[in-house]
Parts: sequence; C-alpha cells; structure tokens
Amino acid sequence: MTRAAVMRPVVMRQAAMCVLAQAAPILALAAAWEIFARSGAVTPFMLPPLDEVLVRIYDDAVGGDLFRNIGVTLYRALAGFFIATAAGIVLGALMSRSVVARWFFDPVISVGFPMPKIAFLPVVILWLGLYDVSKITMIAVDAVFPVVTAVIAGIAGVEKELVWSARNMGARTYEIMWQVMLPAAAPQILTGLQVALPIALIVAIVVEMAMGGYGIGAAMMQASRFADSRGVFAGIVEIAAIGYVLVKLMAALRRRLLAWHAEAQAGGV
Amino acid sequence: MTDTGGVANWTTLAGVADRLGRVRQPLLRYAPLLILAVVWEVAARLHLLSTSALPPLSDVAAAWLELARSGELFTNAADSLYRAGAGLGLAVIVGAVLGIAMATWRPLDLMAGPLVELFYPMPKSALIPVTALWLGFGDGSKILLIFLGCMLPVTLGGYNGARGADRLLIWSARSMGASRLRTLLDVVLPSALPELANGVRTALALSFILLVSSEMIAARQGLGFLIGSLGADGSYEAMFAVVLTVAALGFLADRAYMALVNRALRWRQ
Repeated sequence: MTRAAVMRPVVMRQAAMCVLAQAAPILALAAAWEIFARSGAVTPFMLPPLDEVLVRIYDDAVGGDLFRNIGVTLYRALAGFFIATAAGIVLGALMSRSVVARWFFDPVISVGFPMPKIAFLPVVILWLGLYDVSKITMIAVDAVFPVVTAVIAGIAGVEKELVWSARNMGARTYEIMWQVMLPAAAPQILTGLQVALPIALIVAIVVEMAMGGYGIGAAMMQASRFADSRGVFAGIVEIAAIGYVLVKLMAALRRRLLAWHAEAQAGGV
Repeated sequence: MTDTGGVANWTTLAGVADRLGRVRQPLLRYAPLLILAVVWEVAARLHLLSTSALPPLSDVAAAWLELARSGELFTNAADSLYRAGAGLGLAVIVGAVLGIAMATWRPLDLMAGPLVELFYPMPKSALIPVTALWLGFGDGSKILLIFLGCMLPVTLGGYNGARGADRLLIWSARSMGASRLRTLLDVVLPSALPELANGVRTALALSFILLVSSEMIAARQGLGFLIGSLGADGSYEAMFAVVLTVAALGFLADRAYMALVNRALRWRQ
C-alpha cells in the first residue's frame, strides 16, 4: 500500500470528526428543543416540538406553499440587494471622482446610514403601494448604504502608484475606474456587500410582515394571527436556513473572486 | 426640547466633523440637506405631488409641535427608548461577556461557536411574531426581541477583539505574575475594546430597526405604533413628523455613541 492510500482514510476521518464537532452543538440544541417542548414545562403553543415543526415544513413543501414563499422572499431580497449593489457601486464611484457629487451626497449618506430607514415604510407604502415595487424599494434603500460607504473607503485606499501607472500607460478616467480602482477596492466592496446581504433579508421579512402578499414573513404573520405557532416556528427554521446558506454562498463567492488577492493566499477570510 | 434644539445639535455635530478635518465649513457641509428640505417644501407647495403623499415640510413641523404639545410624542418616545435601551443594554452585557469568554476559554468556544455561526446570519426580524407569542404586545416582547437580535454582533465583536489580543502582551503579563483574571481585565479586555465597540455600533443600528418594525407590527405604544396609527388615520403631516423624529433619534444615537467611543479609545492613537 502506498503512503497516500494510507493517509487518505486518516484525513477523511479527521474531516468527519471536524464536521461532527461542528454539528454536535447544533444537534444538542435540536434535542434540547424537543425535550423541553415535550417536558410539559411550556405549552405546545409557546414552543411546539421540533419534529412537529419539521413535519409542518414537509407538509408545506409537498403542498407547494413552501417553495412559493421562499421563492417570493428570495426574489424580493435579492432584487433589492442587486439594485443596491449596482446603485451603490455607481454612486460610490461617482462620489470618489466628482467633488460636486461628494459634496451633495456625503451629508445625505452620513445622515442616512445610521437612520432606521424602516420608519419610512408607511411613506413608501403611500407613494408606491403595497406590492413588490415598494417592498423592493425599501430593501434596496436599506441595503445601499453599506455598499456606498464600502466603495468610497475601498477606492480611497487604492495605492496611488497603481493609478499613476495606469494613467501613464494612457488609460482613460473611466478605464482607470473600472479596470484599476474598483478591482483594487474589491475586498472592501465585498465586505460592504457582506454587510448589505443580511440587511436585505431582515428588511424583506419585515416588509412582508407589515404588508403581506406571500413570502415567508407574510406566512409567519398569517400563522401568528391564527395562533398557529407551528407555522410561526416553521417560518423561523426556514428563514434561518436561508440566511445561513446565503451568507455561506457569499463567503464562497468572496474566496473565489479574491483568489488573486493576498487575503486568499494567506488562507483566511 | 425646544425648536432650536435641532439647530444646536447640528452645530455640535459639524464641530465634530470639523475636528476630524473633513470639511471646514459646517454650513457648506450640510447645505445639501438644506437644499433637499427647500426642494421638499417647494414641491409640496406647488402641488407637484398630492399633499397626502408629500405634505409641505412647514406643515410637518407644525404637526410635530402639536404632537409635542399634547405630550403624545414624548410618552411614546419614552416607551420606545426604554425598550431599545433595556434590550440593547442586556445584549451588550451578555454579548460581550459571552464573546470574550469564548475567545479565552476553548471548551465554550467549541460548544457555542457553531451555534453563533448558525444564528448570526438569521434575519432577526423573523423573531417578531415569536416574541409577541411569548410575551404579548407590551414592553417584554420588544426587549426580548432587541436583546436576541443585538446580542450576536456584540458577541462576535468581543470574540474577534479578544482573539486579536497580542499574545506577547498576555505572556508578559502572565510571566510578571498577573493572575488569569488580572490579565483578562488589564490586557485582553482593553485590546478587545475597539472591535467590541464596532459590534456595539452594529447592534445600536439593529436595535432601532427591530424596535420600529416590531412596534409597527405588534404594539400598542411606542413611536413605531404611533407612525402606524397616524398613517391609518390619514393624518400624514403628523406621520411624517414622527417618521422624521425616529430617523433623527437613530442618527443622533449613532453620533453620540461614536463621540463617546472616540473619547474612550483616545489612548489608541
């Protein structure tokens, strides 16, 4: 037997142990939930047993409601997120280049960022109605601020030598922006996007709860109105899973996009 | 608060900006906001939009004074600030202790780490119906929601900060005879503070989002509830007044917090 063939099962066993060590606390939590819910200390209304919640999710999946609600929520959250990404990069680049744009938007951003923009929800409903346009607008407006600030900070940190050499070699202003500054600022921009994505999900759930019209938030609110606590907890499990998967995907995307960057070669994110 | 309270705040804020050496002239810096306010007033007076969609800013100011005179604004604001303060205070204490404990005590890290990783990306707004289910429509459910929603950013800040503490400093302190507790308090905690402060800032912004959305969706007092009920009554001037008040509170809380942090962490420079 070669050395590699001996090594492989050992490595695999180690990897399996690692996954197990990761999963153990989560399984323990699930078990604690089940035992606590069945112990009689709380009513099934306050905390339905986990297996009943999972059965409920399965029923919804078979009935088709689950995928429609997940699809609608994801569509809104991601549409808002992508609009915020595009708008944030354009606005951030503009503010980095133009003194006038910077003068105008700087106070708007610095006042708008820490504001709880969700308070404007009734105003947005008044202007844009109850449907997807107002929901996606709300999500995009909330998610755009971390993107803009990340783009500006990222571009400000780009080494001057890079820009000078590009200009020396005859690059035009917009070429420098798209081919030098934005790629060089990519790590910070991606950090901004990693902040914006959970915000988009939080706001998507809130606007669905407040306005209805399908989606996980609306389904949870509906369940809560009918005192259907299994439905409420099913929604929590679903949205927790979605949030987890999206955040992991985003981190994987970061590693892939920044494969060229020192951060990836150092082996950590 | 009198009507000039806002003006005084603006000048002190501009003073902070000035000291940072960003823009010298406070008037010039905040002129864009003034321009937006004037555009709002003119657009509304010229009936470019219906008055219910965009009441003139002067009418909104009058409605604000009316709400302030009746005391409605302040009783609801007191409710909201109590909820946000209690929830955030608990989250900061528990979150910081948990984060630093996880960074210094490995068994706890192995146990709680996967759970933190699982729950961190979960959109916390999904907990609104659950906390309402458990504790009803009063203060308790909002405080619990804000506590649960704000704890993890603080935990993560404390964890990353404490992990980043310089090993050499810790070893030196230990070799010079400092006890574990002394080392924790005098070396690990101070080096964790900057990251911890960042985590608390995220939590502060989150607390306002969760406060306002939970009050709009499930409450009978508070600023969020006031916005919803004024909107439902069709008194849009007053609704805009409360919306702007909430936005201003969120903004001022962030600025006050940052001023405090900059003062407290001045030794770092």
